[in-house]
Amino acid sequence: MSVRRKGRTLPLHVVLVAVGAVMAVPLLYALLSGFKSTDQLSRNPVGLPKPWVFANYGDILGSGSFWRLAGNSTLIAVGTTVIVVAVSAPAAFSFARFAFRGREVLFTLFTMGLMFPFAVAALPLFLLLRSMGLLDNPLGVILPQAAFGLPMTIIVLRGFFRQIPGELEEAATLDGCGPLGFFWRVLLPMARPALGTVSVLAVVTSWNNFFLPLLVFTDSTWWTIPIGVQQFQGQYSADTARVFAYLVLAMVPALAFYSVAERQLVGGLTAGATKG
Amino acid sequence: MTSTSLSDQRGERGERSGPGAVLPAPAAGAGRQRSRRRALHWLTAVGLQLPALVLFGVLVLLPILFALYASFFRWGGFGMPSDYTGTDNFSRLLQDPVFLGDLWRMLLLVVLSLALQLPFALAMAVLLNQKVRGRAVYRMLFFAPYVLSEAITGVLFSMIFAPDDGLADHVLGAMGLGGLGGQWFAGTSTVLATLFLVMTWKYFGFHMMLHLAGLQSIPAELTEAAIVDGANPWQRFRHVTLPLLAPTLRISVFLSVIGSIQLFDLVWVVTAGGPDHHSETMAVTLFQYGFKRYQVGYASAISVVMFAVSLVFALAYQRFVLRRDLEGATTNMRGAGA
Repeated sequence: MSVRRKGRTLPLHVVLVAVGAVMAVPLLYALLSGFKSTDQLSRNPVGLPKPWVFANYGDILGSGSFWRLAGNSTLIAVGTTVIVVAVSAPAAFSFARFAFRGREVLFTLFTMGLMFPFAVAALPLFLLLRSMGLLDNPLGVILPQAAFGLPMTIIVLRGFFRQIPGELEEAATLDGCGPLGFFWRVLLPMARPALGTVSVLAVVTSWNNFFLPLLVFTDSTWWTIPIGVQQFQGQYSADTARVFAYLVLAMVPALAFYSVAERQLVGGLTAGATKG
Repeated sequence: MTSTSLSDQRGERGERSGPGAVLPAPAAGAGRQRSRRRALHWLTAVGLQLPALVLFGVLVLLPILFALYASFFRWGGFGMPSDYTGTDNFSRLLQDPVFLGDLWRMLLLVVLSLALQLPFALAMAVLLNQKVRGRAVYRMLFFAPYVLSEAITGVLFSMIFAPDDGLADHVLGAMGLGGLGGQWFAGTSTVLATLFLVMTWKYFGFHMMLHLAGLQSIPAELTEAAIVDGANPWQRFRHVTLPLLAPTLRISVFLSVIGSIQLFDLVWVVTAGGPDHHSETMAVTLFQYGFKRYQVGYASAISVVMFAVSLVFALAYQRFVLRRDLEGATTNMRGAGA
């Protein structure tokens, strides 16, 4: 890199480093604070831990309750994803490759679902779930999450299904494949990347959901991680360092998932946004 | 959506092996047979939709319609609503200072997002669209908060902005700016600005990613041509990049506004609407009345207003701003398929 280019890009780097610091510092601060005792944290808020205290992280990981939350969150995320994808894929296929009366109306109905805040439906949904006996039941979160995930999933999958060339369907038809056979044997296997994308979106949305589990789970049996974090802060509000450790552990799964599935997540969000 | 969609018209009733005519050739045959095939075609198409329709209808549409119904009753949420009060709930809303405050705060957050957060996201996208060392790392770092739960983010920042001994006050104190801090979420005049800071931290990376995807779809030749024509960087941005990025920006604006309308998790975890309602949003007020005070009829009226605000905004935006971008994506289904 020549001196001249360095001079020109220097302000750029300064800006990026500054913004990067603002983004990273809260996370690093939480990470380091978790390695201090609360006493040490109040004496030495910004420095490195001295000595390093492992008890906060160790206690949380050693107790069953954190793992239980993680297990609940996982089960609910997987359940939501399986249902939303299994229900959306045939619907998206129908929207993409059938011409039928009422299609526009139906599709508009689904796309409108993207625009409505979940809170609008929250009260009646709660009453409905109560009358169905689904409170304190993971299905009480899984089913509504899947229902609210339909619009995005259908839009992304429909976009993908429409890109598959018609010749392929012709060929399949000549080979004796009906529309359903074509869907099952040709389209779905081809759609694996798109299915991966919508699954990643569904997992992340479910994992981070707070409002619905807050309504549905009145006792702690099925609490998910976001609910657990809020409760933990309430319970240990005086033990700041411990809460930081808990926060960090609660963030790890989402960040780890992001680092593995970055492509699907970003691709899915941009595709969903631009095609929605 | 042209020829292939007709392929199953020849399918025999209930069979999967019907040889399909793939060309849009009119199904030659008796009119009756044709209408039967058409019915079968329709049945298959709708049958595939059925599970989605049921799920969506029962758990999304039905609750929304029921909220509309319940908003005309005084109702505690048990049994069916019976105490019909007409539009009383709505007139009460219009005199409720907290609710009017919700609307005002929503507007403030929308304006702040559009005036500060999105331009910032765009600036970062433009920076990271160049060949900068470490740009993959920056991209990943800026987007990372988006994948965190709002609840977790909220708890994190409630501790960072803890008055006096949170990180923020330590940093400001060390810089000799201690006078700036101190209140954050606890002050009636600072709480909304602090929330907006946290929202920007969490969400600008998402908008930046959208803008980056938009920037990358702009052909390099156009910028090169502008360089040849002697345009300076600002002119290139203003007259080449920005117009071509407009569809992306409009989507970004849309999502940002919808996000501000429904803000709940973050506020609930950090302040629950306080201090003294100064960070309350419509969703928080709804939650308070519906689930804490059991005024379900009144809370339903709030959800109806939320619904109406989203609907009016979405329709108006779609009508006046988004339409050309979505053409071929949602409105015009013909020709873009197969």
